[in-house]
Amino acid sequence: MTIYLPIAELSVNIFIILGMGAAVGFLSGMFGVGGGFLITPLLIFYNIPPVVAVATGANQVVASSISGAITHFRRGSLDLKLGTVLLIGGLTGATIGIWIFSLLRRIGQLDLIISLLYVVFLGTVGGLMLVESVSAMRRAAKNVPPTPRRPGHHHWVHKLPLKMRFKKSKIFLSVIPVVALGFGIGILTSVMGVGGGFIMVPAMIYLLRIPTNVVVGTSLFQIIFVTAYTTVVQAATNFSVDIVLAFFLMIAGVIGAQYGVRVGQKLRGEQLRALLGLLVLAVGLRLAVALVVTPADVYSVVMGAN
Amino acid sequence: MRRFLAALLSIVLLLPTAAMAQMLLPGQAAQSKTEGLEIGTSTSEIAITSDFRGADLTIFGAVTNTDSLLLAIGQYDVVVVLEGPRENATVRRKERVFGVWMNTRSMTFEAVPHSYSMSSSRMLDDITTPLDLTDRGIGIDHIPLTPVGFVGNASNLGEFRQAFRRLQENGGLYDRDPSGVRFVSSSLFKASLRLPANIPNGVHTVRAYLFKSGNFITEKSVPLRVIKTGIEQMITDAAHSQPIAYGLVSVFLALITGWGASVVFRKD
Repeated sequence: MTIYLPIAELSVNIFIILGMGAAVGFLSGMFGVGGGFLITPLLIFYNIPPVVAVATGANQVVASSISGAITHFRRGSLDLKLGTVLLIGGLTGATIGIWIFSLLRRIGQLDLIISLLYVVFLGTVGGLMLVESVSAMRRAAKNVPPTPRRPGHHHWVHKLPLKMRFKKSKIFLSVIPVVALGFGIGILTSVMGVGGGFIMVPAMIYLLRIPTNVVVGTSLFQIIFVTAYTTVVQAATNFSVDIVLAFFLMIAGVIGAQYGVRVGQKLRGEQLRALLGLLVLAVGLRLAVALVVTPADVYSVVMGAN
Repeated sequence: MRRFLAALLSIVLLLPTAAMAQMLLPGQAAQSKTEGLEIGTSTSEIAITSDFRGADLTIFGAVTNTDSLLLAIGQYDVVVVLEGPRENATVRRKERVFGVWMNTRSMTFEAVPHSYSMSSSRMLDDITTPLDLTDRGIGIDHIPLTPVGFVGNASNLGEFRQAFRRLQENGGLYDRDPSGVRFVSSSLFKASLRLPANIPNGVHTVRAYLFKSGNFITEKSVPLRVIKTGIEQMITDAAHSQPIAYGLVSVFLALITGWGASVVFRKD
């Protein structure tokens, strides 16, 4: 059964779209990630134009992050002040990101840059996860207790000016790295169609030393607003949000996520991270191959541009 | 769908032929009369749904004041074209840079038809000279492709033009049928044109050209509006006319879906 995607301007098999949404939803529930970094490349593999894949990916992240965000909001496990500072950076980054996105599209380099960014980010994150989880599994096998990270009081991040007190997180921190982190994630949201949790969470824990109990809630707070904002701005500037595609991905995704969560609770942390690392690496590799393989036709036509 | 189209586009004509034949006075020199060309469609609009997979459009026409001798030996040729709305087209070429394929060169052609479906009574090259075709811009190989801005290397120009024509033809937007025009009686002809699945919205033009013994005689054109209908088209229109509202609805839909699922699944 095929459906016509009005913005992507092509007919797709509805079951493939639902299957993709469910699979990514399942994984995002299992690993506790938004899934934007998997859905966008998968859509590109399925010949959805990257412009549409990125904008629709951002829309899909809104759906996959909202239930987590509500849960953390109810429990109060987020730092609203820290989240707001992150959000200021995030919205600014997303705005500039959209501008970069439109510019790249105009000069015909958007598809290439999206693929390159994915190869770099997926390769790095996947590789790090795999290395970390394998060494954790080795330690577990040898029964060596993990060496706890010592809180680095003399970290360079903590020497920056413009310090602010974040009561909920119980830290006294410069706003510069917080805004900068939000800004970077905002650019990634608009250019790659990801929520950015897979970068933001480790950065908040290891770089900013924010207590883990508020990290996930606070990052979800920022993700919800930045992805929602990006969706609206993408729709307004590039007309590239495909609501039909997004809807089927979301429906399948949120259902898949519920089952993913249940499976995830039964698996051990290191195994889970090793699996996710492998998956992320595989997606990155597939994109890298597409970049170097000789294309079927070196010419392409865009009607109505310029 | 096809039957629907055929019904919509059933024809005009015939009347001029009879009327003009009667107007000829006895003794009038046969050479002085000039041939006329009539085409028609019963509608100026085609509505297609978004699941449209392409169809054939049939157009009828008549050649008037023909010389029966020349007609008998097949000296009259007709070319019928359905030309889509004109837009600028950018052609890009990829090259390997540090092992990665990227777009390095591009060229934009000014106001080229988005779609071009042509049918003729013979191969175009047998009808008239390439020079004449180029002069009038008839045929996929002769549509004028004027680059916008400065073009450094003239050999690139030929390459890009060729690539554009090839890509449009492979994608189905440009189509040719050298046996698509058939004379059904001495002066009446029938042309079938291919409407591609991805036919663009907007005002198209049906053009017919008449040739006699390799010489261009006359042309006729009528506008034809293609309108897409259905829910998918409504969504496309909304995305372009109310982009901010469209974006907000997309976000709202995501919030409802995500939140709805967490409510539904909490109960079991």
